[in-house]
Amino acid sequence: AGQPHKRRRTSEPSEIEERLESLICRSNSSLESNLEGLAGVLEADLPNYKSKILRILCTVARLLPEKLTVYTTLVGLLNARNYNFGGEFVEAMIRQLKECLKVNMYNEAVHLVRFLSDLVNCHVIAAPSMVAMFENFVSVTQEEDVPQVRCDWYVFAFLSSLPWVGKELYEKKDAEMDRLLRRQKIHVPMLQVWTADKPHPQEEYLDCLWSQIQKLKKDRWQERHILRPYLAFDSILCEALQHNLPPFTPPPHTEDSVYPMPRVIFRMFDYTDDPEGPVMPGSHSVERFVIEENLHCIIKSHWKERKTCAAQLLSYPGNNKIPLNYHIVEVIFAELFQLPSPPHIEVMYTTLLIELCKLQPGSLPQVLAQATEMLYMRLDTMNTTCVDRFINWFSHHLSNFQFRWSWEDWSDCLTQDLEKPKPKFVREVLEKCMRLSYHQRIIDIVPASFSVLSPANPVCIYKYGDESNRSLPGYTVALCLTIAIKNKASNDEIFSILKDVPNPNQDDDDDEGFTFNPLKIEVFVQTLLHLAAKSFSHSFSALAKFHEVFKTLAESDEGKLHVLRVVYEVWKNHPQMIAVLVDKMIRTQIVDCAAVANWIFSSELAHDFTRFYIWEILHSTIRKMNKHVLKIHKELEETKARLARQHKRRDSDDDDDDDDRSSDREDGPLEEQIERLQEKVETAQSEQKNLFLVIFQRFIMLLTEHLVRCETGGIDVFTPWYKSCIERLQQIFLQHHQIIQQYMVTLENLLFTAELDHHILAVFQQFCALQA
Amino acid sequence: SGKRRGGLAMCTTGTLSILSSDSYADLSQYRDQHFRGTRYDQERLLRKSCTLYVGNLSFYTTEEQIHELFGKSGDIKKVIMGLDKVKKTACGFCFVEYYARGDAENAMRYINGTRLDDRIIRTDWDAGFKEGRQYGRGRSGGQVRDEYRQDYDAGRGGYGKTVQCQ
Repeated sequence: AGQPHKRRRTSEPSEIEERLESLICRSNSSLESNLEGLAGVLEADLPNYKSKILRILCTVARLLPEKLTVYTTLVGLLNARNYNFGGEFVEAMIRQLKECLKVNMYNEAVHLVRFLSDLVNCHVIAAPSMVAMFENFVSVTQEEDVPQVRCDWYVFAFLSSLPWVGKELYEKKDAEMDRLLRRQKIHVPMLQVWTADKPHPQEEYLDCLWSQIQKLKKDRWQERHILRPYLAFDSILCEALQHNLPPFTPPPHTEDSVYPMPRVIFRMFDYTDDPEGPVMPGSHSVERFVIEENLHCIIKSHWKERKTCAAQLLSYPGNNKIPLNYHIVEVIFAELFQLPSPPHIEVMYTTLLIELCKLQPGSLPQVLAQATEMLYMRLDTMNTTCVDRFINWFSHHLSNFQFRWSWEDWSDCLTQDLEKPKPKFVREVLEKCMRLSYHQRIIDIVPASFSVLSPANPVCIYKYGDESNRSLPGYTVALCLTIAIKNKASNDEIFSILKDVPNPNQDDDDDEGFTFNPLKIEVFVQTLLHLAAKSFSHSFSALAKFHEVFKTLAESDEGKLHVLRVVYEVWKNHPQMIAVLVDKMIRTQIVDCAAVANWIFSSELAHDFTRFYIWEILHSTIRKMNKHVLKIHKELEETKARLARQHKRRDSDDDDDDDDRSSDREDGPLEEQIERLQEKVETAQSEQKNLFLVIFQRFIMLLTEHLVRCETGGIDVFTPWYKSCIERLQQIFLQHHQIIQQYMVTLENLLFTAELDHHILAVFQQFCALQA
Repeated sequence: SGKRRGGLAMCTTGTLSILSSDSYADLSQYRDQHFRGTRYDQERLLRKSCTLYVGNLSFYTTEEQIHELFGKSGDIKKVIMGLDKVKKTACGFCFVEYYARGDAENAMRYINGTRLDDRIIRTDWDAGFKEGRQYGRGRSGGQVRDEYRQDYDAGRGGYGKTVQCQ
């Protein structure tokens, strides 16, 4: 550990860094036309600022892959002028690559590998040494007892560099290359957006790339899409001396290695979709691969800056040779529908598409409408999770365009069973549109024929509301409560009013202790929610004010379940209200996560089981549980760190002090805190595990029931309900895969055993195959 | 690991300034003139705030709509509707508080400048809600901007207050 820098020099170094960075990272057009000039400037700066220049160029290689060939050309020109610099750059790149692999930064490592391979084209790296590196990559597939995803990555890094350098390597080392290009997927169905293979097969990413490279090889490595500035400088570059890559051994697999998840290539367009414009490269053409890679990289670079991102996407070179709008829309939907999760937050894609529409108002909206239509047509086979995202995107998008849409084009869905994917989709979209506006607006925007799909008016249902209900048990207490609450009664007054409510469940009058009394819960919750129905804030205030009553009534598990049931009865027309109330009740510990899970799988909710809002509530509940565990864990780690710092301070302050008692005393409170937090973490983790087990258990029960019923009745298993349910189970695995990985042994031994129906077991096996 | 003085610091977490640009999430030029404290205090609070001010709402936009839209960037802790000081009715602004700052940042990046109730809404960092800040500061009870504007805005009570009084 070195001494900290004493007095930093003035802002000079960072100014220089900024100047160099802005020189190097300037926008495309001015940079490319003056690469030679820039090379001259940097060469002159090398004596003084070599390490800064090296660092900036390495970072550019890692983070600006969409500008790959521009910067390899620049490095090539620098190498031609200064051989030593070229060597140092290559060494620095290798060091950076090793570091990336060590810290699981695999996506960025791919960019580095590609950069290195393009340096062969710029005469910086000798082709045979690049082939040797690729040989080492491919030999990872021979390793024993390693996850397939590890081998996959090394093969991917090799194959995905070939569009840039295949020709050069093959011309120099064709026999070796042939050997490398010879290659094995249970997990694929789980990641596919559509279950059908028509019109476009949903290929596993490596299979697709493999086909693309095979085709490229057949075409004798003729690749015309990638812009290669170095071609213009061939006469300079071919004079340069090349460097050999040091032998590169892939770092070994460790327990901490986390490789990228496998992917499925999303395709929705082909050359028939834009008959007027330039031809879209085929699905197995390497051009398609390069375009998609670059567009994804642009989004990755500029996701925080939506205007810049849109502008960069639209200025992708080759605009008149490829149907760029189609590629952009396809790439954006590919990310939005990616399983398990999109690379970025969903709402980003909505806003990015809006920005693109603003920049290309004459063409992009039409492509987007065409895409929407296509997605609608294929709803029958679309994965439920992807349908959720489609619903969210489409409703939010419409709300920015006055909900204008040609709904009549979709009247085919009106004649279908309401549980079928298309009418279901329209219903859910209209419900979400209503949440962003108001009920009457939705009635106004759809044709009259669509009223059967329109959402219910989100009004509260109060069972004690009408005089005609006065015979209901608890009616008079409800009236009493209403008056009391309006007169600002306290919790105690509420308790005393509720004492008069008989318990329909038990004969003994043990009303001193508050055992589970469903009628008390019913009367109280119905009345309170009805009085607070005006807005979310009113309801939240009510929950806060009468928290004590809620906690007491809902003390038992049955109590919690019943509270949730009553909330549903009151607000079943207003799913959004149900969701926010459940959220608040979890956060204020009126109910717990397991109660919510049990409620969702209860028979009372069977009717709504396939509705989107139910799954939003469940996943939100799981997320709260996960965040809770992380929070306590963080607290524990921070307290441990504080204790460690305290020890360090003490050790460095008094070396010859052996007053152990005083150090114990100082440590005492912190150690106690750590013990308490340790317990808290264990409790939370156990609660978290229990939540997942409850959910899986209920799924298994529900699905088994259905499968048995179908088998004995001789009817087809694959009803719309079944498809929805099994995909919801998959969704649990995918969306929370990191946490569920911890429970694999329990799941295998307790729940997903060999006796289980193979339909259900298949989901578990696909999940296991994901990181195998 | 990593940093050697004078040598090549190969930090895999380094970035480029063109990529770290986050203009939508940066502080704006606006500073609340009623803020009690120094400029420095205010900016410190703004930089760690989880609360956004939302403006240009229609008077008819409900808490539920706001919750639905802003819920797209993360879990909302609280929505506080802006009220006319006299009438105690909605007067076209609100505060949205998130549990996590990152969620508020995403709202600034992706919800600011898009539409709610057909109106382009604007979000900005807020130093934190304090009792009294839910009221408009215009002379007539609504927001200042509705006092003096000359245009007709059906969603914000029609003409500006001074125009109405003419």
